[in-house]
Amino acid sequence: MNLVHQAGSTDLWTVAAIIGLACVTVLARCFFFIFDRPWSLPEWAHRALHYAPIAALAAVIVPEIVMTQGHLISTLRDARLYGALAGAVWYFWRGGVLGTMLAGMAVYLPLHLLLGW
Amino acid sequence: MFFLPSIRREPEFRQGVREMSSAALGIGAWGLMTGVAMLKSGMSVFESVAMTLLVYAGSSQLAAIPLLAAGAPLWVILATGFCVNLRFVVFSLHLRPYLMYMPRCRRLTHGYLTADMSYAYFTRRYPVPASTDADRRAQEAYLTGNYFVTWSAWMVMSLLGIALANMIPPGWGLGFAGVLSLVAVSCSMATTRLRILAGLIAGATAVAAFALPLKLNIVTGIGVAVLLCFWLEKQFGLDVDAEDDK
Repeated sequence: MNLVHQAGSTDLWTVAAIIGLACVTVLARCFFFIFDRPWSLPEWAHRALHYAPIAALAAVIVPEIVMTQGHLISTLRDARLYGALAGAVWYFWRGGVLGTMLAGMAVYLPLHLLLGW
Repeated sequence: MFFLPSIRREPEFRQGVREMSSAALGIGAWGLMTGVAMLKSGMSVFESVAMTLLVYAGSSQLAAIPLLAAGAPLWVILATGFCVNLRFVVFSLHLRPYLMYMPRCRRLTHGYLTADMSYAYFTRRYPVPASTDADRRAQEAYLTGNYFVTWSAWMVMSLLGIALANMIPPGWGLGFAGVLSLVAVSCSMATTRLRILAGLIAGATAVAAFALPLKLNIVTGIGVAVLLCFWLEKQFGLDVDAEDDK
């Protein structure tokens, strides 16, 4: 049973989650060289690794782009759609995280702040 | 590891630092927005600083922040964090032959500190693991110099983001910049048609399943996408390794 986090104050459960996430970082980044003995995943897991990484990121970001208040957006007048599109287009054209962020924000901010999209 | 003078003395260390410096701005921007996002979601300064210093994984942090704010169970947070970090599992397989000669503590430290860009730069520069001692030291020094830049840029900018977060009006929607950083990482992985499809299916499923309790929509999206792609592989008789440029 977890209580919803009280804004601005530190609670032990969150700290435990943070320590857990740090261990997860080590586990993921060192997965195949933690043990001295060589080991491999079962065949199905190896195949899953072709798709799971991109699926995981998409599952995180798509709701952040096309949903609001727990519902799918009902209008195309949402600055996030165009910001994300601009960022992706930049990425495939010029590459780089910075360019993606700047291009995306350059489209998102005017639409969001000026048009209220 | 960059505190070790034995590594810093190698000329490759400077090489690694130099080559990564141009990308430092992008990593810094990503770190800055992550710092802002942590504080804005209601995490305390202590928690945000702890997360920055310990977790050191932007995608994992950005995915976990809303889960923490919503009070999701610990196992969902850790499972989501691990799933979002799955590309590193793939990287670790590639890095294994480069690091296995080292004792466990040393290679775990290198592994922990090697994020997206360092992995990319390192494997591009050294397509084959070293076989002589001198080459091994050179490769290790390059990697260390490289992640020294990413780690420093990330830490400085994240802490700056935490410090400045309260100065940014929430109406600006700057949290979206964090989403854009993940868009960039996702695009870097969209290398084959089936992968793009996997991303689209996972995204759609995560939206459809949003009402699931415990924020399970993310892991559900991953599961559905992977299973559907397996089925599609069979239907079209695709050889995944031939499709894959790796």
